[in-house]
Amino acid sequence: MNHLPQAWGRPRNAILGAYNPSILQPSGPKAHTTSPIVTGTSVLAVKFKDGVVIAADNLASYGSLARFTDVKRLRTFNRRTVVGFGGDVSDMQYLDRLLLSLDIEENYGSSGHDLNALNLHTYLAKVMYKRRSDINPLWNQLLVAGLDGLDQPFLSSVDLLGTTFSSPTLATGFGAHLAQPLLRKVVDDEAKVGSVTREQATNAVRECMKVLFYRDARSLDKYSIAVITKDGVELKEDEELENQSWAFAEMIKGYGTQTV
Amino acid sequence: MVRGRWHTYRHGSSQKWRSQSRNFNVIILPPDPSHHKSILHTDRARFRSMAITFAGGVILGADSRTTTGAYIANRVTDKLTRVSDTIWCCRSGSAADTQAVADIVSYHLGMYATMEGKQPTVGVAAGLFQEICYANKEQLSAGIIIAGHHPSHGGSVYSIPLGGSLHRQSYAIGGSGSTYIYGYCDSYWKENMSEADGIGFVKGALREAIKWDGSSGGVIRMVVLTDKGAKRLLFLPDQGYEGPGDK
Repeated sequence: MNHLPQAWGRPRNAILGAYNPSILQPSGPKAHTTSPIVTGTSVLAVKFKDGVVIAADNLASYGSLARFTDVKRLRTFNRRTVVGFGGDVSDMQYLDRLLLSLDIEENYGSSGHDLNALNLHTYLAKVMYKRRSDINPLWNQLLVAGLDGLDQPFLSSVDLLGTTFSSPTLATGFGAHLAQPLLRKVVDDEAKVGSVTREQATNAVRECMKVLFYRDARSLDKYSIAVITKDGVELKEDEELENQSWAFAEMIKGYGTQTV
Repeated sequence: MVRGRWHTYRHGSSQKWRSQSRNFNVIILPPDPSHHKSILHTDRARFRSMAITFAGGVILGADSRTTTGAYIANRVTDKLTRVSDTIWCCRSGSAADTQAVADIVSYHLGMYATMEGKQPTVGVAAGLFQEICYANKEQLSAGIIIAGHHPSHGGSVYSIPLGGSLHRQSYAIGGSGSTYIYGYCDSYWKENMSEADGIGFVKGALREAIKWDGSSGGVIRMVVLTDKGAKRLLFLPDQGYEGPGDK
């Protein structure tokens, strides 16, 4: 997807001609986010019969520099929902503060009902769409994982444009290209969610994290993984990839005709 | 095909070689518009590679990642390229460009060995690389480190950065991730190290570069060139880069 403002909602350049950037001139000193600086990469999640598994690596990149390797991109809310953040880290931290103040507000005058994952996703979608409409987006793609009002597994995405969608398996960034096909082999239809076990879902996610480390140049081999069920959130933040396949590199020599 | 310019080689040898070089043909590569704009993703090798001289010869080292943008096109690349039995090179920049240049130099060195009846010196190989890189500097995106061992001269390392200049050095680092290890290498470098120390220096430097450069990872490959010939070493990330070594 081309997330840059000049591509939003318009036909291809071949049909309409090149975008006229003079429209985007900033008037005054207001700074609008035009591109992400410190970024997180993919987030993956899979529904299973009792809940959702979600994972993201611990890296925040500064362009190609692997700048911060202890960044936790899975954030819990209400001890019942986990939001996974891909994209700009400063915007992720802003949303974290926003959700904290929401939590505090909700706890005043609460009738004992907490916000569930579905509520949180709706709230975030409105925030993201509002910012997009101000041409000042929060440059993230979020996966909201948890249980809905009926204690059923809930998994949905919202991104910097305010676009939302839902599926038994979801992945952002590189994961959308590399991990989704692998996750869909485990559960490709909502009807099949009821027959997927926690182990199957967790193993699929771990395998995908490995593939992403092989193929995404902005990834790390340390990651966080969370499993949300009606018993709460189980979050492990310092997982390392296991059983990587590198030994076959010995057989590769040169690039064409070299034999030594 | 155009006639190449004659360059005086410090390590040049006989008259026969000189007259050959006068007819040395440099292939001007056709301008590739996609190459300089980033509309089409070219295969760029985001390299960390280096070569050092040590007491017994030279050691070359490199990581194994080739990327197109943020996608790792090849995670087990072999960036250490043989141009003659004891002259190898580390290629960084555009993978296509450096492969093409290395193929040409490899051909000419083979011809030299046959015609002269002796092994070319590392300086001759470096000069050939320079002829091509300099004459085609507008079209090429190639940073090459040449390292080799010759019975008469021992080990030597030459660096050819983007503009096509030639620099002889006691050790050379190159590629995008090399920026992160200038300080490390400057601090830990010693002349005339033993082979074990040399391997440790190269491995330590590449580990640091891999750690910080997001376009990095994969295995560490090394080649040790001494009077005994070429020896390959391999170190895997999931073994903490301790092995398997030369097995």
